Amino acid sequence: MQYIEKPTNSIQRTLDRLPILGDVLRQPLGVVGFAIVLAFVISVLFAPLIAPYDYARQDIPNRMQGPSTTYWLGTDHIGRDIFSRLVYGSRIAFGTAIPSVGIALVAGIFLGLIAGYAGGVVDNVIVVFMDMLQAFPSIMLSLAILALLGPSLINVIIVIGLTWMPNYARVIRAQTLSVREKAYVEAERSLGARDRAILFSHILPNVIAPALLLAAMDLPWVITFEAGLSFMGMGVRPPSPSWGAILSDGFNHIFESQWPILWSGLTLALTTLGFTLFGEALRDVLDPRLSGTRGL
Amino acid sequence: MLFYIIKRILMTALVLLLVVVFLSLLVHIVPGDPATTILGPRATPGLVQKMREAMDLDKPLYVQISNFVWNLLRGSLGVDAVTGAPINKLVGSALPHTLILAISSLGLAILFGIPMGVYSATHPNSPADRILAVLSISLTTIPSYVAGLFLLLIFAVELHTLPAMGIGKTGDIWDYVRHLILPSVALAITWIGYLSRLVRTSLLEVLNETYIRASRAAGLSERLVRYRYALKNALIPTVAVLGVGLGSLMGGAVFVEIIFTRPGMGLLIYNAIQVRNYPLVRAGVLIVAILFILTNFIADLVYTYLDPRIQLNKRQG
Repeated sequence: MQYIEKPTNSIQRTLDRLPILGDVLRQPLGVVGFAIVLAFVISVLFAPLIAPYDYARQDIPNRMQGPSTTYWLGTDHIGRDIFSRLVYGSRIAFGTAIPSVGIALVAGIFLGLIAGYAGGVVDNVIVVFMDMLQAFPSIMLSLAILALLGPSLINVIIVIGLTWMPNYARVIRAQTLSVREKAYVEAERSLGARDRAILFSHILPNVIAPALLLAAMDLPWVITFEAGLSFMGMGVRPPSPSWGAILSDGFNHIFESQWPILWSGLTLALTTLGFTLFGEALRDVLDPRLSGTRGL
Repeated sequence: MLFYIIKRILMTALVLLLVVVFLSLLVHIVPGDPATTILGPRATPGLVQKMREAMDLDKPLYVQISNFVWNLLRGSLGVDAVTGAPINKLVGSALPHTLILAISSLGLAILFGIPMGVYSATHPNSPADRILAVLSISLTTIPSYVAGLFLLLIFAVELHTLPAMGIGKTGDIWDYVRHLILPSVALAITWIGYLSRLVRTSLLEVLNETYIRASRAAGLSERLVRYRYALKNALIPTVAVLGVGLGSLMGGAVFVEIIFTRPGMGLLIYNAIQVRNYPLVRAGVLIVAILFILTNFIADLVYTYLDPRIQLNKRQG
């Protein structure tokens, strides 16, 4: 066994390259991205301290006001403070994005490992299943499922998890296919190691890094996806301040006040931009080979 | 090649069959009866039974699926459970609007995205390149519904220069185009940024290839080298992406059609979902899935045609 050199696994390699953040912050756009992500995280953690009002508090006499010293970003159609709603909305964005990407990641890793390792019929069945899930534009698949499950936060999380899962399964499957043939896996097998042990202790650590990076890059898309579903009334229920719901309220009163659309649209676009810039800087640092699509 | 196409068509048929089974299964997994949901709690049992029959729900699952597939093979998508209209007619009137929207957005993306990418790649690291890079990454991160709402605010609500709703008067092509401008720009914005980045990367790669350097060394004009030789090869990956793009633009069209009340497939499916009009949802989603698969397939074929080095059957792995 000691004659076959086992490669240090990719997590180890990644950790060896700390401080990653320092490298990310050496890129100007990485700094911008990091600042936006940091602001987002602070807003998620300290929402009750930052928001001047409760997100559901109504001040009907002062409805649809523009920005003022009392209401920094103005009020919506029933006099709720837009700034407070946006701050609390970050919690919904975060609370949807993390578990749904988590579900997609775990399920995708599991199916991808099995497909890549088992091969044959099992592989074909899993691949056809993934093809089926990806045969729809993801928004259509989600709408069709949500139409039947009914709109709620949990259902949105499940649906996003299901829609995003094939991406991870594909990445993990492709990696597993190549790692499966490596000498150290052969060696484990000939020493009588069980499949489960080989899969989870030897293959998984070597194939997981690209999927984790993909997950980080997917976060902003999942956030806009959830907001899109909430915009269509298929996401979280009112009065929850999802950014998409704020946009939707604004859309319904577009001729009376432009502020809700303006602020929630800007918040969504800026958050997505921040996460994308940060994710790309991170990717360039961790895995320069992947930086093919980077514009800078 | 022929073998590949046949294999691919069989796989596509299998995936589509699974899509139908999946959509039919969905309604059974969920607690509650779609017929009761449509008719409301005060419907008489007789009415509910009629509605169930209209939606084929009184039959076992395999009969439902085989009926649906059989009708589909005969070219019928079934009957709308709520209005009783043939679904073919509804889809027939909605689909062109969505296709026109998707194609014109793609056209806009090509029109702006490719020149932006070419300019960046031919002036690498210049101030303009950096500005274009920040611009295109910013464009990719604006969701289509945010772009749509902002355009609506600026051009329809504030400036009153472009119409906000519908598709205009029937028969008036100029009016139709005017109604198409805001929705297609909203849908194109992400893709302008995306194409620009893609073209920049692939053109930069091609410009470093030896045959480009050889052409330059042979004294060919820079213009000829860049636009005739390099760009042609650099656009190959773009073609593959455009195929996927047309499909995903049809998905993104849902938002834009809601915002601008365009009577396309997105709005049709969305409205059907609102009233739990299950047969219409199933048929509509299936049509979009078929188009989605078809455009990917065509893009793959075009891709091999443009770059004979790519062997389709070897790309399967």
